[in-house]
Amino acid sequence: MSPAGYVFLAVILFAIGGIGVLIRRNAIIIFLCVELMLNACNLAFVAFSRLHGNLDGQVVAFFVMVVAAAEVVVGLAILMAIYRARRSASVDDANLLKY
Amino acid sequence: MTTLAATGVFRVSWLLLAFPVFGAAVLLLGGRRTNRWGHLLGVAMPLAAFVYGVIAFFTLLGHSGNREIDLHMFSWIPVAAFQVNIGLLIDPLSIVFVLLITGVGSLIHIYSIGYMAHDAERRRFFGYLNLFIAAMLLLVLSDNYLGLYAGWEGVGLASYLLIGFWQFKPSAAVAAKKAFIANRIGDAGLSLAIMLMFAEFGTVNFTGVFGSAKSGGSGVGLALGLLLLLGACGKSAQLPLQSWLLDAMEGPTPVSALIHAATMVTAGVYLMVRSNPILAQSADARMAVAIVGAVTLLFGAIIACGKDDIKKSLAGSTMSQIGYMMLGAGLGPAGYAFAIAHLLAHGFFKAGLFLGAGSVMHGMDDEVNMRRYGGLWRIMPITFVTFSLAYLAIIGIPPFSGFFTKDPIIDAAWESGGTSGWLLGGAAIIGAGVTAFYMTRMMFMTYFGAGRWEEPGAPGGAEPRTGQPQSHEHALHPHESPAVMTWPMIILAIGSVAAGGFLIVNSRLVGFLAPVIGTPPTVHGLWTWPGGIALILVVLAAGLAWAMYGRVPVPAVAPRGSFVTVAARKDLYGDAFNESVLMRPGQWLTRLSVFFDSRGVDGLVNTIAATIGGSSGRLRRVQTGFVRSYALSMLIGAVLLVAGLLVVRL
Repeated sequence: MSPAGYVFLAVILFAIGGIGVLIRRNAIIIFLCVELMLNACNLAFVAFSRLHGNLDGQVVAFFVMVVAAAEVVVGLAILMAIYRARRSASVDDANLLKY
Repeated sequence: MTTLAATGVFRVSWLLLAFPVFGAAVLLLGGRRTNRWGHLLGVAMPLAAFVYGVIAFFTLLGHSGNREIDLHMFSWIPVAAFQVNIGLLIDPLSIVFVLLITGVGSLIHIYSIGYMAHDAERRRFFGYLNLFIAAMLLLVLSDNYLGLYAGWEGVGLASYLLIGFWQFKPSAAVAAKKAFIANRIGDAGLSLAIMLMFAEFGTVNFTGVFGSAKSGGSGVGLALGLLLLLGACGKSAQLPLQSWLLDAMEGPTPVSALIHAATMVTAGVYLMVRSNPILAQSADARMAVAIVGAVTLLFGAIIACGKDDIKKSLAGSTMSQIGYMMLGAGLGPAGYAFAIAHLLAHGFFKAGLFLGAGSVMHGMDDEVNMRRYGGLWRIMPITFVTFSLAYLAIIGIPPFSGFFTKDPIIDAAWESGGTSGWLLGGAAIIGAGVTAFYMTRMMFMTYFGAGRWEEPGAPGGAEPRTGQPQSHEHALHPHESPAVMTWPMIILAIGSVAAGGFLIVNSRLVGFLAPVIGTPPTVHGLWTWPGGIALILVVLAAGLAWAMYGRVPVPAVAPRGSFVTVAARKDLYGDAFNESVLMRPGQWLTRLSVFFDSRGVDGLVNTIAATIGGSSGRLRRVQTGFVRSYALSMLIGAVLLVAGLLVVRL
């Protein structure tokens, strides 16, 4: 099989996620975009795992999912706290921690 | 040199030190509650030491053979190879110093009761005086160089405290500091000499050092001699460390008398004479001592001629007379005994002169300018007579003391032979003439002519030196001093008349000191050619002084004077020399170091710090607080990393 199609799809997904992180202000959208990037990576892992004929890439993909789930839990909790304090989910409003 | 262990009356020779130390401790620690009787205790302690000194002296005379008695007191520094004991050495040399220090010292203490009667701090003054006596006794009694050094430093401390006794006067405080610093330079020489002794001989005891000095070679002898000479120059105010002595006149007059007659400046001569086995190793070192003495005796005498301040003139005179003693000490065994004889006689007449000057100042409301004196012989007869006797003694008119003690030094210098004999002897003879000139000048300006204290004059003339305008009820009434001040002067005057003849005739002192310092190779008659020339010069110089200050009235304001007079008034530019050669370059050096430190070292460090601080300040602007810009920089970083990896791989 040729992995080219999967890799192109993964690159496109990763680029969409990265651009979303950089240009959107809403924290929830940013989380979604981060998930998109992670899943683009998962796709690449699984595709190359299939190409090489071993399971290493698929194992890593499972790890990534677990870590992504944990990250979302922590991230959404922080987001809730910020929203309660500031009535806003924009990441640009939470800019007190600076020089 | 062998010494006997102390027995009998010498077992308690520590009393000599204990008396004045006790007095100083009680008076200085006791505080105000000793004010009422403090001065009496202060007088009793040196008197007690004097009484013990007399007993010890006669006991020593009773010993027919070895007259060197060593009392071991305790081990001060017992460290492996470095053993220092505190011990007292009573031998003919130290006992004559003990008698001089305690005897003349006691008279000055008694005099101070009257002189300092109006001073609120009289008790403290007596405490310092006792400390001075104690330190000087330790200096002359110690049986090793380290103990001597302790006394040496004690004398420096006591002189500092006493010269600056009226420390509310800035001039006194400065003079005290100056004396201390000049002495420190000399002390450095002495301490280096002691270290060299320990390095070379492994001991600092007189016995050990003098025993090994013979095998030490002339190089070590020369080095030790010159270092000891440096120490003696500091303490005895010889060239080039002479400048402190004239400023030291800021202290109360009894202090000047004590410094100049009994303690302090005699320490240098004592050191030279005591170290005679070291000087014996090096003719060059002896020559250096003699040259320093000869130059200083002329230097001091010329300064004394130019001064209108009676105490400063006497201070110049002391420098000059100590110069004679150093000259004598530099002549080797030919001169040691006469240096000591002159020192003893000088102790009497110089103390008499200073106490006389103090008495005049006491009666004249602390006026020191001789141009404001005049005609005082009628008002202060006792002061006048005692001062005159001391005057005749210092200029060396027979049969007064100075004639007997100065002439052998002049003669011995003359006999040292060759060009050096001509120069040293010539300097001593000319010095005798100059001495007669300035002392006669002092006599005429102070005691004869018309009274000039009421004449209007230059600022600082008739006004008291405190600077307050003189009110009418305090108009100047010169008066004779009380008995407590005149009696010490009378006793000192008797000493001035008789001491020299007693010591020199029949070679009494020479024979007594012979075991310590050897016998002079030649016997000097009472009348010698150089002495005769000196005597003629003395009479001529006295006549010249009469023509200039006795025959014509003395102006109450100092005339301008020739360039020699101007130079003498400025201490022959001694201070100017120190300032331009030592002080200014020192200041330049410190300024240069400060400049280098603040601009160079500090500049480098500060530049680095400022660079880092400034760039950090700019760099921290990157921390904007916007999460998305962090994400962008992470992305850029990741892209760069991947690109870098690709470049390296491909």
